[in-house]
Amino acid sequence: MHPAFSVVFLTTLIGAGQGLFLALFTVESYAAFGLLPAQADSFYAIGSAIATILLVLGLFASFFHLGHPERAWRAAAKWRTSWLSREVIALPAFMGTVFLYGVAHWFGINPVLAELPSGAPVNITAVLGTLGTVLAFALYICTAMIYACLRFLREWHTPLTVINYILLGGASGFTLAAALAATEAPDVMPLLASWALIITVLGLIGRAATLIRNARLKPKSTLQTAIGIKHPKIVQKAMGMMGGAFNTREFFHGQSAALLRSLKWVFLLTAFVIPIGLLSLGLSLAAGGTLLLAFVVQYLGLLAERWFFFAQANHPQNLYYQSVA
Amino acid sequence: MTQLALVIDLNVCVGCHACVTNCKEWNTSGPAGPMVDQNPYDKDPTGTFFNRVQTFEVGEFPNTETVHFPKSCLHCEEPPCVPVCPTGASYKRKEDGIVLVDYDKCIGCKYCSWACPYGAREIDEHQRVMKKCTLCVDRIYDTTMTADERRPACVRACPTSARLFGDIHDPDSEVSKAIRENGGYALMPEWGTQPANHYLPRRKTNIRIREDELERADNPLKIDSQLPKPGKAEPSLDDVTSW
Ligand code: SF4
Ligand code: SF4
Repeated sequence: MHPAFSVVFLTTLIGAGQGLFLALFTVESYAAFGLLPAQADSFYAIGSAIATILLVLGLFASFFHLGHPERAWRAAAKWRTSWLSREVIALPAFMGTVFLYGVAHWFGINPVLAELPSGAPVNITAVLGTLGTVLAFALYICTAMIYACLRFLREWHTPLTVINYILLGGASGFTLAAALAATEAPDVMPLLASWALIITVLGLIGRAATLIRNARLKPKSTLQTAIGIKHPKIVQKAMGMMGGAFNTREFFHGQSAALLRSLKWVFLLTAFVIPIGLLSLGLSLAAGGTLLLAFVVQYLGLLAERWFFFAQANHPQNLYYQSVA
Repeated sequence: MTQLALVIDLNVCVGCHACVTNCKEWNTSGPAGPMVDQNPYDKDPTGTFFNRVQTFEVGEFPNTETVHFPKSCLHCEEPPCVPVCPTGASYKRKEDGIVLVDYDKCIGCKYCSWACPYGAREIDEHQRVMKKCTLCVDRIYDTTMTADERRPACVRACPTSARLFGDIHDPDSEVSKAIRENGGYALMPEWGTQPANHYLPRRKTNIRIREDELERADNPLKIDSQLPKPGKAEPSLDDVTSW
């Protein structure tokens, strides 16, 4: 497929935003159960603000993908059948929840609504946080299922796609949260950086598993099934146009196989290996700058990863578009 | 239930692109607006078409066959392109099975084109909405036209009658018979999309001549010839004139 930059930015930005929010609420949950000292409201508020900005930027990028952005509201119509429609609903819902969560913390509006049997208080931010967590996972699933549900795109049609979207978004979000905590809430930094490390390692395992799986895929459709002629030797001589068409532009990345191969190693290094090193370093030195660098490198790596994700998918329609004439 | 469809006879198609031309002409002049091309008279002309004729070479030299292969939306009975559309702009009509795009609802997200394994959908770069074959829905129900004209533009243009149009759910229709009697098949059956359009395979044209066709069976004694009667092996009037 041809990777559209709008979608590359959309999926990586909101993935990091979701991960960041999950990291914030992880800290709040630990604190609510007394596993960690309570943190200043400003940590959550600033974190939510950054998450909201990432989500807004992602949404903004997504509009560049549409031919008619002014009609985007229509995309909420078919949530019963379309994962894209579900994403269009989940994204603003999640964004709104994150925003309210941040506002509640910033202004300290946090009345206790109920009490758990254990005596732990349930306040507004706990409710918003739980809702946000559910929505964050729903959004990860919707985003990934947009790709994973297309059964002809066999590189995507696997549960690994969903797992990777969750792990890679989570990894970048937790790394960013660790960098933020280094200045805003130093005593939770080790927790967040450790989680970031664990999720990044899991992400590496998930992504590597996908690469291995995809390298062994055998195409289901062939030129024989595409035109229905049972002969082992068929060559396309003309595809009906010479100047190209939507079909020759949208479904092929237009780069060499060598670039694709090298990009694979580039993103394995920058999205996983280098961040793992930087996270460990930042964790042991308690250096916020190193953690921030880890996030930046990882985010750039994830951009490459996402580009590769799209480019690697081979659409069966390409069987019909192999020879210019 | 009705399922309108095209049946394309690969045994007859000569790859002349008349269907492509007539399709574009009809659909660019319709109420849905033009199908604008980019660089139409320049280097690398490109634009939106509903129908393309492709050419494949089957076999190895010298035993090759050239197959011309017209391709448009197959109006699948289980269209994977429809449920993925977030706006409902893509839909399949209950009454006749035609898969259509509502250009006023389409947001141009291209998701449906990703979900079509046949590459039958093309975005209109000018109107920025998704386009595809409509089976000339604006022709076939137009009662101001004669019955003969109420057929898709491509079908009417084809000089070799390689394109048939009709209801494949009606067992007595021309298309159902053609599919049944000539081994009609669907493209990429492995995805379960159940394309409504079918293709008729290349067939060897054999001429079978029986003995009694070589010697005239209806005039064995050559009684129309002049006396004295020629021998039976001599040419008769039938053999030398064509009435
Ligand atoms: S050929 Fe493609 S566009 Fe047409 S109905 Fe089938 S899946 Fe949809
Ligand atoms: S491009 Fe238009 S028709 Fe296709 S899925 Fe998007 S909104 Fe639906």
